Order: sequence, then structure tokens, then C-alpha cells
Amino acid sequence: MSDKTMIDVQHLDLSFGEGSNANRVLRDVNFHVAEGESFGLVGESGSGKTTVLRCLAGQYTHWQGSLAVDGAALGRKLDRARCRKLQMVFQDPYGSLHPRHTIETALSEPLAIHGIGDRSARIDAILDKVGLPRAFRYRYPHQLSGGQRQRVAIARALILEPRILLLDEPTSALDVSVQAEILNLLADLRVRDGLTYLLVTHDLGVVAHLCDRVAVMQLGEIVDTIDSASLTGSTPSHPYTRMLVEASRHYSREMAQAMAA
Amino acid sequence: MNQPTQPLLEAEDLTVRFATSEGLVDAVRGVSFTLGREKLAIVGESGSGKSTVGRSLLRLHPRSARIEAKTLRFGDTDLLTASENAMRDIRGRRMSMIMQDPKYSLNPVMRVGKQIAEAYLAHHKVSRKEAEQRALAMLEAVRIRDPQRVFAMYPHEVSGGMGQRIMIAMMLITEPEVVIADEPTSALDVSVRMQVLATLDDLVSQRGLGLIFISHDLNLVRSFCDRVLVMYAGRVVESIAAADLDKAQHPYTRGLLAALPSVDQRRERLPVLQRDPAWLAA
Repeated sequence: MSDKTMIDVQHLDLSFGEGSNANRVLRDVNFHVAEGESFGLVGESGSGKTTVLRCLAGQYTHWQGSLAVDGAALGRKLDRARCRKLQMVFQDPYGSLHPRHTIETALSEPLAIHGIGDRSARIDAILDKVGLPRAFRYRYPHQLSGGQRQRVAIARALILEPRILLLDEPTSALDVSVQAEILNLLADLRVRDGLTYLLVTHDLGVVAHLCDRVAVMQLGEIVDTIDSASLTGSTPSHPYTRMLVEASRHYSREMAQAMAA
Repeated sequence: MNQPTQPLLEAEDLTVRFATSEGLVDAVRGVSFTLGREKLAIVGESGSGKSTVGRSLLRLHPRSARIEAKTLRFGDTDLLTASENAMRDIRGRRMSMIMQDPKYSLNPVMRVGKQIAEAYLAHHKVSRKEAEQRALAMLEAVRIRDPQRVFAMYPHEVSGGMGQRIMIAMMLITEPEVVIADEPTSALDVSVRMQVLATLDDLVSQRGLGLIFISHDLNLVRSFCDRVLVMYAGRVVESIAAADLDKAQHPYTRGLLAALPSVDQRRERLPVLQRDPAWLAA
């Protein structure tokens, strides 16, 4: 990990709707991620964690504030340079791959868009990297398991050799045993290629495993930012973080009552 | 816990096969268990047959399914030979099922209260008014704060957690003896999950019903249920008290537990489950 800031988010604000109907979904979100760092965003549904990713990925363009990646400010428009720098992996590997495109088609599309040659060799290399047999390039998504599909989604994100991966609940649709494989793969790739991760999840176990630091979001705001090492075995000081950690450890009637109150 | 002498449910050597174009596929192979007035968890990965077991108890499978067993008994009813008429009397009244996602299980064009009342009316000869009174009381029992208001809402107007509580209300209004919950909290956030679980927990202990809790979440099951059946490839590989899950013997159970990323224990790599073909035969 270096001291260089890779992702810098300052005063990010986003609303949907106009006037009195406006719904402010992000409220003054600030954080930065160093090069090679893995940063987690956790929170419950509707807390705005995925929305932050979507702003960075250019899926929402009407945000307020400033976003910078690798020292360069991000504009509203999605340009090719940004796509070369940051790529996203989505939650549901069943929905994020085109059902009638072979893996080869899916993987060569980004290369074609960016005018990169030597496609066949690159596809072989990327399949090796994510641990899939090369023959898988001729398959369709329905011929793959969930874990294999998520490997393809990661391969598609990595084929443009980005510096940053935006990971939106990359393992929540997978079984625990498959989740372990994908988390190991992500950990290996980060070490090997010096990637920077911004991971969104609701699973604190995943965050504690994969991330160096975590921001806890609630109702569009970051309420707490902590080292994930301090999640381990200790009790976080912020009440909301504490609740999330306790709830992920076990079920207890007392806790449920405290939450209802 | 007061264990009655006779279990509510008894399954011995339950086998479920599906007829496909490639021949018969074994989904469940020789599963045996009993259920008393307790919380019994069935855990396993997708495709292990845990939902298939739940569905075969209610005979919800299509005709292509062949259900065989030495015993499949609910109270004094033999579920294998019971007529469709008898099954209709059991389904929803004496044994009901809570599905995973309330979004798809509720009728989108019918007010919530009416749907709950309908479940009661289907099995009881009472006036609509009385059924609706009971539905309101039931909404209160599942800890919905403003039952009057929720009663008149449509499913799209309620949140996921509330939707799941409405499902629970609908399934429990007929006061069943057994409830099968198929991943009832997987679609919910942690804080809402806790409250839904507490609701289920209370109802199980107050009304003395038997709960089959189908889940893939070992952490949750460990603290919520009394007993756990671990399924792998259609078989129960281990049956263990939830509190003793740490002492699980079977390599599959241990592998699943080890593969869970944990808040309390950071590891460089997660051990990946190594599947042993011998588990299929055992």
C-alpha cells in the first residue's frame, strides 16, 4: 500500500426528484482510498452504499461535490480513460452476463470498444488469471455455475487492466464454499496486480476478511470509519457499528428487543 | 423444552426423484428426521435438497416428482397416501410454509389485510368481518406497529421486513402445528432480520409449534435453532445440536464452518471446501 490517494470522494451529495419531492440519498459523503488499499462500505439496504459506487462508475451523473481517481477529477461524462482506470463487478452473476453471448464475446467486447488488439491471447491470459480453463471461452453463461460466472465477471472487469475494482456485493449470491474461493481470488489479484478495491457489502465477515478500512453508512451518510482490524474481537465505539457487528455474530432475543425499541 | 412423546413430524428414508429428459434425478436420498415442538434447522448449499425436503412435506412438488419413504407421517396422517382432499386440509391450516421473498409471495393487487383474512377464511367457516378482526390481531402479534394502517396497504407499499412479517402473519393465522420457513430472512437486513426472527421465536415458544428453518446461514442457525440437520447432495450428513455446531464431526460441516469469513478471526486465506466423493456414498 502506498501513500498515494487512488480514490478521493469529497462532499458527495445526490438527490432524486425535484423541489419538495426531492429525496436526498447521499449526504456529504467523504472518504479516500490509498493506492493498493481495500476499502469497504457497509450498511443496510437503502443506506446509499451502492449509490456511491454508481457515482464513481458514472452510472449517475447529477451528483454534487468532487470525485477524483488517481489524482484526476472525474467529470460528469463517462469517458474511455475512466473505464480503463476503474471497472465494476456486480452482485448477481446471473444477471450481469448476456445470456446469448459466449464468454469469448463478453470478454472481447471491452477490448473491441477500446481498440485493443491481440484479443485472443488476452482472453486466454485473463481466463488463466481468474482460474478458469481456457476452453470456457466457447461456453455460454447458462453452462457455468454461479462461482464460475462471477469469475467471468471479474475477468471482464480486469481485461482492460484497470487500477481500481468497484465490487458491489460480489459474493452475496454465492454459497459459502464458493464465496471463500472468490474472496481468495480477489485477495490474490489485489496482491499480484496492486489493485485498489472499493467493496460494498452488508456482510461484515466479508469486510473484515478482505478490507483494510471500513466506512459504515446509514441513511446516506458515513457514520463511522474504522480499521477492520479493530472489528476483530473488540466492541466498536459507534452504537450503529456495534449493532451491525453484534447482529452478524449471532441472534439474541435481547438484541432484537433493543432494536425494536 | 417439553418434548412430547410423539413427534409432530416423522420422516424415515425420504427419497425425492424428479423425472427429467435425462432420466430420474435424485434430489433427496434417504433423509430421516423427526420434528418435535422445537426449532429444527436444515442447512446446506444450493442444490443440496433442503428446500425439496420442505416442499415434499406439503406435497408441493409437480407430478414429475416421485416421493418415496418408509415413513412420512404428520401427526396421525400418512403424507404419502393422503388424498388431495386431505392434503388441502393440512396445507395452510395444520402445516404452512413461509417463502423466502415476500415480494413474490404476496398478491400484488390485494390489500394485505384481506390476504391474511383470506387465509383464515379458506379453512374456517366464519364471517368475513370476524376473519378480518383476526387478521388485525395477527398483524399485532407479529409486532407491526400500526396494524390498522398496514391492514389497508398493498404489498408494494410495505418494506421487505414488514412484508415478511405479513407473510408470517398469514401463515400463522390458522394456528398450524408445523411451520416450514424456507430462507425466511435471507432477503432482509440484519436489524430487520433480528426482529423477524424474534417474532418467529416468540410464536414458536408461545404457541408450541414445530419450526423447520431452512437456511444456508450457519452463523444464524447456530444461535437461533435447537437442532441442525446438515445436508449435502440430498443426504443428511450430520445431525447435531445447534449449540454443539463447533464440535461438528463431519468434514463437510467443518469445511462449511471454516469457509465462513468471520468478524472475529482474520485469516490470510479462507480454507476452500474439499469435496470428498465418499460423502455421496456414506
